[in-house]
Amino acid sequence: MLAMEYRGPKRVRAVQKPMPEIKHPEDAIVRVTRSCICGSDLHLYNGNVPDTRVGSTFGHEFVGEVVEIGSDVTNIKVGDNVIVPFNVACGRCYFCKQGMFGNCHQSNSMATAVGAIFGYSHTAGGFDGGQAEYARVPYANVGPTVIPPGMDLDDAVLLTDVVPTGYQAAEMAGIQKGDTVLVFGAGPVGIMAARCAWLFGAGRVIVLDKEDYRLEFVRNYAPCEAYNFEEIGDPVLFIKKITDWLGADCVIDAVGAEAAGNALQTITGRKTLLQAGSATALHWAINAVKKGGVVSIVGVYGPTDNLVPIGNAMNKGLTIRGNQTSVKRLLPRLIDHVQSGRLNPKAIITHRLPMEEVADGYRLFSAKLDNCIKPILLPPTVTR
Amino acid sequence: MQTKKIDYTQINGWGVDADPENDPTYPMQHREDAPPRDIFYDRPTQQPVDVEVLHSNERPDVTAVFGTTLPPSGLSGAIRRFAFKYSENEYKHWLPLIFADRVDVVEGVLKDLAHGHVPNIFAEKGYPMEWKYNRTAFVTKMATIAAITVGTVLLLNSGKDKKKAKYARGYRGK
Ligand SMILES: [Zn+2]
Ligand SMILES: [Zn+2]
Repeated sequence: MLAMEYRGPKRVRAVQKPMPEIKHPEDAIVRVTRSCICGSDLHLYNGNVPDTRVGSTFGHEFVGEVVEIGSDVTNIKVGDNVIVPFNVACGRCYFCKQGMFGNCHQSNSMATAVGAIFGYSHTAGGFDGGQAEYARVPYANVGPTVIPPGMDLDDAVLLTDVVPTGYQAAEMAGIQKGDTVLVFGAGPVGIMAARCAWLFGAGRVIVLDKEDYRLEFVRNYAPCEAYNFEEIGDPVLFIKKITDWLGADCVIDAVGAEAAGNALQTITGRKTLLQAGSATALHWAINAVKKGGVVSIVGVYGPTDNLVPIGNAMNKGLTIRGNQTSVKRLLPRLIDHVQSGRLNPKAIITHRLPMEEVADGYRLFSAKLDNCIKPILLPPTVTR
Repeated sequence: MQTKKIDYTQINGWGVDADPENDPTYPMQHREDAPPRDIFYDRPTQQPVDVEVLHSNERPDVTAVFGTTLPPSGLSGAIRRFAFKYSENEYKHWLPLIFADRVDVVEGVLKDLAHGHVPNIFAEKGYPMEWKYNRTAFVTKMATIAAITVGTVLLLNSGKDKKKAKYARGYRGK
């Protein structure tokens, strides 16, 4: 089968690989019908996630048709079209039982600090991902969710990560009616977080980024106020000025390790890997939030250390929350939002590439060429 | 800068998921009604361990399922085995893993060559996209890299010549 393959930092290609096999009675094999390249794939692509082995297939955002099931699979059947949440989760461990499907304790042997994620290095479990024609989906009774009839596959594939992650970012921010919500990052997740903040009753939504085309998009899509942080001077001071000198009630970091905007963070976090990614957005978030406010982190950082003003977090009485999204927990509510027209995920898809051009897709997305917001990959078995 | 607030009353779905109970600022919640959280559970069936699986030493065993496609191998594999002797709390775990990733890249190129495949790095890096959408900056970047490379080579060579000359003089003077 055709699959994306990692060869080294900024080097990927489409290759023929052996078909995935059922390895466990609760496995299913899914024929992928759509997969996405995600902002967090760029940390892998740039070689910044430890234990990213050459030959890995990335891709944690995919939907597909079930073509084979293991002997213990009862909740889905061959022929079902399913949304596959990006987390691999057993559904019965201490954490899954609390709805923390992003923190399952029976799917990632290689690390205890992170749950298992499809196609996201051995640090996240060593599972091949869905940027391929077929994928092995463990615990198929738990994660995969049948796509409701009539739902566009483009909407469905964004329910694997982007929509739930944007939504959980807003949920974790503890938004109360009328709150001012500040979102760092106008990538797909930041855009969705800004849109979802209104569902929780935000009174004002502000987004900061440095790409004008993305700011323009989120300004219309969310809709919200959106500013280019390269044009406003000190972004924290700017936020204080426009929020009656108090700061935002809730701040969402939807950027993570690839942040731009601060030379020291960029050099130590991205160029020399002395920290686990550049923590510029988180640094600004802690300083731009109101005293007693909430910082919600969904941007991805590596497993070691980051430079952030933790003293300010203490002195300001902040609550800091973060997590990998519990996709399965949120799916029923989010499917309802999409079906009722409150959320329109597929509008953020800007590029559709055949799987064979996966290297071009990564470059396009990572270098933000051709006003790219969200690229999806179409395997050869799918009518393009 | 001009700021313009949005009239949120017009937004489809505004406030539908608002929950006054969701207030993480004061995380003291009443949990009496919550079901008891039992740390014991029926472990899922174990996937047969028929390949080498490194597992974090912060857990006693491999998880019930795991990825199988890329067991550790070669020099990078040896470094990874070393790294997994240390917990996730230690740099001795993470730094060797990053180093192993770099070694793996070299091993990957060698494996490609051994299979008679010369990797098309230009295509793997997606440079055709830079050429299509970002030509001026891309050409400038490539020209700069080329200039620096040529400059460095010349500089190193001139150093070599000097050393050679000194040695030659010394030899002659003997
Ligand atoms: Zn993603
Ligand atoms: Zn679990």
